Amino acid sequence: MVNQATKAPLLAVNNLNIRFPSVHGAVHAVRDVSFTMGREKVAIVGESGSGKSQTGRAILGLSPGQVSADSLIFDGIDLQRLSSKAYREIRGKRISMVMQDPKYSLNPVMSIGKQMIEACQIQMKVSKKQALARCMQMLEAVRIRQPQRVFKAYPHEVSGGMGQRIMIAMMLLSSPDLLIADEPTSALDVTVQLQILAIMDDLVQDTGMGLILISHDLPLVASFCDRILVMYAGRIVEELDASKLDQAQHPYTRGLLSCLPSHATKGQPLATLERQDSWLDEALENRGLRV
Amino acid sequence: MTDHQEQAVIAVKDLAIYFGRGEHQVKAVDQVSFAIPPRQSFGLVGESGSGKSTILRALAGLDHVDQGQLLLDGEPLQIKRTKAFYKKVQMVFQDPYASLHPRHTVDKILAEPLAIHGFKDIEQRIIKVMDQVALPHKFRFRYPHQLSGGQRQRVAIARALILEPEILLLDEPTSALDVSIQAEVLNLLNRLRAELSLTYVLVSHDLAVVSYMCERVAVMQQGKLVELLQVDQDGKTYPKQAYTKQLNLASQGYDRARIEQFIDHD
Ligand SMILES: Nc1ncnc2c1ncn2[C@@H]1O[C@H](COP(=O)(O)OP(=O)(O)OP(=O)(O)O)[C@@H](O)[C@H]1O
Ligand SMILES: Nc1ncnc2c1ncn2[C@@H]1O[C@H](COP(=O)(O)OP(=O)(O)OP(=O)(O)O)[C@@H](O)[C@H]1O
Ligand SMILES: [Mg+2]
Ligand SMILES: [Mg+2]
Repeated sequence: MVNQATKAPLLAVNNLNIRFPSVHGAVHAVRDVSFTMGREKVAIVGESGSGKSQTGRAILGLSPGQVSADSLIFDGIDLQRLSSKAYREIRGKRISMVMQDPKYSLNPVMSIGKQMIEACQIQMKVSKKQALARCMQMLEAVRIRQPQRVFKAYPHEVSGGMGQRIMIAMMLLSSPDLLIADEPTSALDVTVQLQILAIMDDLVQDTGMGLILISHDLPLVASFCDRILVMYAGRIVEELDASKLDQAQHPYTRGLLSCLPSHATKGQPLATLERQDSWLDEALENRGLRV
Repeated sequence: MTDHQEQAVIAVKDLAIYFGRGEHQVKAVDQVSFAIPPRQSFGLVGESGSGKSTILRALAGLDHVDQGQLLLDGEPLQIKRTKAFYKKVQMVFQDPYASLHPRHTVDKILAEPLAIHGFKDIEQRIIKVMDQVALPHKFRFRYPHQLSGGQRQRVAIARALILEPEILLLDEPTSALDVSIQAEVLNLLNRLRAELSLTYVLVSHDLAVVSYMCERVAVMQQGKLVELLQVDQDGKTYPKQAYTKQLNLASQGYDRARIEQFIDHD
């Protein structure tokens, strides 16, 4: 499934595992996750708690858990061998991540403008004036109505969706090679949501950025992304072309599709999932592995 | 709408809420009125930054009111909300992480409202509510940062439900959840509404969720209520305003050509 067989992939993740040791026994949050991607749009969907965010954070070298992998290669760079200084050079510049809790990732006691300028200067090594212009440009690009006001505001003074857009603007300041966007538009009205996705789409088309989009919105990722990875209980249980979501084979993926509210379901309870332990083993067999 | 006014559980009359002053003043809520009869599920949708959360926060007594009135069971709400108010009205916040105390375990987060309101059967209620929101018991002694986004949101919903309120103010309650958990939470909310005769105000950007859950939907844009929609039995709405029609179109998925045609409704 390497989509650009001739070129080296942008990102190759090989048997990633993340564990959280605790007094009640270890939580094995991510189990043998492997995937390869080029400069394309890859969606990660899946159950809450299935390890999507932790996978993203591990690529950025920011997982709080115990991370191990056979290899984690970004654009020919072995991420596991990077010094923390070298990682800082990559993080935020070449690989950026929009976190799932946007407001939580902003500093509550610093104005939004100050944070943006600081991030911009670190990422791009430009003057304050150039940074200011770039920040304003990005706030407008993400359709913030009054960029001047928002620039002076503190995080608690903006709405949920504005917070998300500010984070997206910050992560795109320096045109990264890989953007990991964790539920980046979940608090946005649908119109703005599509407009923001269009910005990311342009970056993929024009600058060759790779995008990992973590999302719960199956119809949306099916219409937007190139490929979909489905995670369940820490594993990738299915890998699909986005246009073929309706042909999904795994019972978990098929179950997800039947849970969506629609016209047809008004007044009736929604279908829910009966989760089965056997799904874990099937997943391994599908990928040609033995349990 | 005026004919609902007498028996409405919640009425919002000419509500205006402003932030800041001078050229950067925001009319977060600009002359909004609606009334919600008992046991109705009332949806609020619309543009990001259009004042939906501000309305909910004002109802919950967490934001100031510049003009207009908020009525509960026909009685104007006082600025300082009473303990009885919070027994009756509970809110689920949009940002579950910010609203959960980072140094409290799930157990403590759930026990606290029970203690404040003098409940005795704390243990049973915690177990019951964790089951209701499909949160496995093993999470009971974890801290919020040790949970995934969806798990945190279920804690937030559980905390609101645990006092068995009559009115729930729900701000994007399922936007952090995967669709299977979303289905469980929506089914739970519907079941509780039927069993306990609850009234909901539900903010969501997901039009499919709102039309599945609600009988009426208010569409907000830049602080104003631009349209009040009736949801028919098949979950369909018939919008007249251009802004609402565009929202409906946008909810049909990513289509580059369509996006280019979106206009900003200023
Ligand atoms: N610091 C931690 N300590 C212990 N367990 C943790 C910690 N952080 C995360 N986990 C667990 O790791 C698992 C994976 O979490 P992750 O945040 O990756 O889920 P997710 O797929 O992003 O879910 P969601 O869709 O709900 O955001 C979860 O079960 C979570 O409870
Ligand atoms: N404490 C505050 N100080 C200053 N401005 C505020 C404050 N709270 C809200 N606002 C402003 O009021 C407007 C409405 O915000 P609100 O949070 O109600 O929007 P919303 O409709 O919930 O949006 P979203 O869908 O993005 O969550 C925004 O422009 C926001 O910046
Ligand atoms: Mg997550
Ligand atoms: Mg809001």
